[in-house]
Amino acid sequence: MVGIVIVSHSEKLAESIVDLTKMMADGASIAAAGGLEDGTFGTSYERIKAAIDSVYSDDGVIVLMDMGSAVMTTEMVLDEYDSEKVRMVDAPIVESAVAASVSAMCGSDLLTILEEIEDTKQTPKF
Amino acid sequence: MTDQNKVIEILLGMAKVLEENKEFLTDLDNVIGDGDHGINMARGFAEVEKQADALGQKDIGNILKTVGMTLVSKVGGSSGPLYGTAFMKAGMTIGAKNEMDMTDFLSALETGIEGVKARGRSTTGEKTMLDAMVPALDAMKEQQAAGADTKQILEAGVQAAEAGVEATKPMVATKGRASYLGERSVGHQDPGATSFTLMLKEIAKAY
Repeated sequence: MVGIVIVSHSEKLAESIVDLTKMMADGASIAAAGGLEDGTFGTSYERIKAAIDSVYSDDGVIVLMDMGSAVMTTEMVLDEYDSEKVRMVDAPIVESAVAASVSAMCGSDLLTILEEIEDTKQTPKF
Repeated sequence: MTDQNKVIEILLGMAKVLEENKEFLTDLDNVIGDGDHGINMARGFAEVEKQADALGQKDIGNILKTVGMTLVSKVGGSSGPLYGTAFMKAGMTIGAKNEMDMTDFLSALETGIEGVKARGRSTTGEKTMLDAMVPALDAMKEQQAAGADTKQILEAGVQAAEAGVEATKPMVATKGRASYLGERSVGHQDPGATSFTLMLKEIAKAY
């Protein structure tokens, strides 16, 4: 199953997005990488790397970020992985987390999920 | 010529000045950012300080690369990947040398700045650290071409960086957290440009 990682400045936000995806996709392979080790806001290289490793398989991993240093730090972590297998995506973090987790649990492959995430960027909320 | 010991002395000077200016940088960042720049830089360089003895065993390129990795993993805010990339790129440019001269320093700074531009997808005029970095580099290259000595070159760099910090005040931020403030960011100096200037001053002080 394709893994999913949620990177946020906030530990609670990252964990809550993971929880939220369970409403529709309980059983998806999804991990949170939020905040710094001391519990303050920020993005942690180690936490992102550990979260990727925890959901990694040959099917690949999709990383979704909130903003700023979350994006830049993720980019640096991804230098350590095969760029075909671990992909970061620029998309609304809540919508794309839900879309990706549902799709991953249904057995979609990495490229299919990436396309579905792209769709979340075009889908208006109302 | 600058050897490893001098590089480490400068890094320790940076750690000290960033600790001393922790509140100042954080106050600047409170106004137009997320209020963590001072704390983050001080935390990152405190970690560098802890590694000083081990760093002394490495060549200059590896010292700078290690500092970059430390900043990436310990800073926690945007300045981590940005300064981290700058130090890592600078280290790659210097390579396995035990001594560096002004030409090495300026080419390392140049690739470091290119790294910041690429990592932040940014350029000058966007109210960022680049607004101090780029004019400082340009001024130093100009002085070097004119045959100035090390002290004169570095002083010209510091002056240009300070002018660059001043120049960020009227700018509207379009990058980073400050961009959410838009026009409301006008009138405040950029914290990243300020921290770069503090670090460059530490380099200049050493000569």
